[in-house]
Amino acid sequence: MATGADWGLRESYLYDRRVIGEIQRAAREGIYDIRGFGAKRKVPHFDDLLFLGASVSRYPLEGYRERCATDVVLGTRFAKRPLELAIPVTIAGMSFGALSGPAKEALGRGASEVGTSTTTGDGGMTPEEREHSTLLVYQLLPSRYGMNPDDLRRADAIEVVVGQGAKPGGGGMLLGHKISDRVAAMRNLPKGIDQRSASRHPDWTGPDDLEIKLQELREITDWQKPVFVKIGASRTYYDTQLAVKAGADVIVLDGMQGGTAATQDVFIEHAGIPTLAAIPLAVEALQELGMHRQVQLVVSGGIRTGADVAKALALGADAVSIGVAALIAMGDNAPEHDEDYRALGSAAGFYDDWQAGRDPTGISTQDADLAARFDPELGGRRLANYLRVLTLEAQTLARACGKSHVHNLEPEDLVALTIEASLMARVPLAGMQQGLLDELADRVAVRLAEQTS
Amino acid sequence: MSVAAAVETVDLAVTPLRELNQRLHDLASEPGPRHWRVVNPNGAHAIACGLDADVEVEIDGHAGYYCAGMNKRATVTVHGNVSTGVAENLMSGRVIVEGSASQSSGATGRGGLLVVHGDASARCGISMKGIDIVVRGNVGHLSAFMAQTGRLLVCGDAGEALGDSIYEARLYVAGIVKGLGADCVEKEVREEHLAEVRQLLAAAEITDVEPASFRRYGSARRLYTFEIDNADAY
Repeated sequence: MATGADWGLRESYLYDRRVIGEIQRAAREGIYDIRGFGAKRKVPHFDDLLFLGASVSRYPLEGYRERCATDVVLGTRFAKRPLELAIPVTIAGMSFGALSGPAKEALGRGASEVGTSTTTGDGGMTPEEREHSTLLVYQLLPSRYGMNPDDLRRADAIEVVVGQGAKPGGGGMLLGHKISDRVAAMRNLPKGIDQRSASRHPDWTGPDDLEIKLQELREITDWQKPVFVKIGASRTYYDTQLAVKAGADVIVLDGMQGGTAATQDVFIEHAGIPTLAAIPLAVEALQELGMHRQVQLVVSGGIRTGADVAKALALGADAVSIGVAALIAMGDNAPEHDEDYRALGSAAGFYDDWQAGRDPTGISTQDADLAARFDPELGGRRLANYLRVLTLEAQTLARACGKSHVHNLEPEDLVALTIEASLMARVPLAGMQQGLLDELADRVAVRLAEQTS
Repeated sequence: MSVAAAVETVDLAVTPLRELNQRLHDLASEPGPRHWRVVNPNGAHAIACGLDADVEVEIDGHAGYYCAGMNKRATVTVHGNVSTGVAENLMSGRVIVEGSASQSSGATGRGGLLVVHGDASARCGISMKGIDIVVRGNVGHLSAFMAQTGRLLVCGDAGEALGDSIYEARLYVAGIVKGLGADCVEKEVREEHLAEVRQLLAAAEITDVEPASFRRYGSARRLYTFEIDNADAY
């Protein structure tokens, strides 16, 4: 039988095998593809940036001896008790329901071990999660599943979720086979039905209402807790300014590569803007208001390495959040489960059916037998290891740039490998000297003047 | 006069809202007045929200957004109108509005009783999760949108798309329903439903509406699991 590798066969660029397979699947099943994970397409990202490091004109810190601090305080604007983190990497919101109880426990264990925070999700707060998370951020989502004032007061911070990078403008989704008795009870829904979360909040619309909503949340919690506002990266400049105007203590900005437990593939791949493009928009918005570093910026969406962490901070973020990477650190897509993945029609390294509830690692499931496979202590330990590596890597790069705190990284430390990344991140293309850029700008200005005269 | 019997009056024209709410919150763990009167509310937002005590709070005038939001146990009576989100996410206790309410009344409420003696606007009972809501007048469009559990009883009319994408909440309307939302259907009123209507009317202290005049609406449960042939309903 002929394969694509044979001479004489030409695969269509437009209709490659994946496209053909998806058309055939849609025709067969009559429903859009719903999956987990995040965007799989290639978009400009942190990989397209490089640090310059120290040189004759810049002085590095000694790699293993000189201190490079990593602490972050979130919520210094209004809250009586801001969130004090030891490292600039937090765990993003992921629900009990999307994830198993042991997986949520492991997130708490891992984060707490290294002094950072975890976040609830669209399903409320579980006692196990609270118990194992030293610092826990409680999300207020449109569905309000599990929302109650006692958990608001038990939380260390509140995150009002306006949007998510994987699906800005979209609501949540938890398919029936993940609605166990416990999940159903927490969400006040019948067991086993598809659960559709609203995309709009039920009791506020627009920035003026949001301001009043934040005031109510502060009144209920006696102005103790920082109030975050999470936005999916889209109209980031305006969203950031409006969230600040509404009174946000912290902006959580989730780029289009951000993960999801269950979303339409078309949404994941075709809505929102890349994290790289969004950060400078948010920073510009904050700087214009004189609120950069007063209202902290937490960035998520495709943070995988300490280099990603350092680059996000250099562009002006105060901290980052991880979701997909945290699950991978805990065992998702691990090669030892390859046989199980193949039985599900996938393979280790490719598995994205987090919506299906049949996760052989016991992470994205509500099946008691599968969940029992997951060891929360080991998972927590691996997550802590990974968070430490991210931090050490970010420190390594920061020291090389001569910074005694990771927050001292700045755009000036960066160059871009591509024109797209240069324009999005607003840092020069590697090798481009300022004089050449000025000369190009002058030429364009002359031509524009000629056209308009 | 004992402390418990005294009426504590707070004038929001001179006392900051923060101070009022803090004093009301302190009652969750400390003894104090059980009957409060708030004067000059002047449409302030978030009045008497987040309470967790067996207290009675009377508000003399109009309240803004999120009045009595997320309360437990308390009874809050508004001698006036309220704006958006009165009794949002109510956990328990009672909230009584003598005037009319703006949109999203009782949104996501989990328990307790909300009574609106005037009209309620759009999205009354949106995403309700166990609360009972009784409206003496009419409710606006998209009321009981995605309503999960609990009961909404409307003595007047209901606007368009009542009960859109409803789950297991039970809706009773005495007047005209302009239109039903996706997956919401009229259902038979049996004796147990009539008893439920009587109980809700009694709880709301409404005596001049005939229980037999209510029709019942609820979920057809066709959207509970996705089927391509129902795609036009989504």
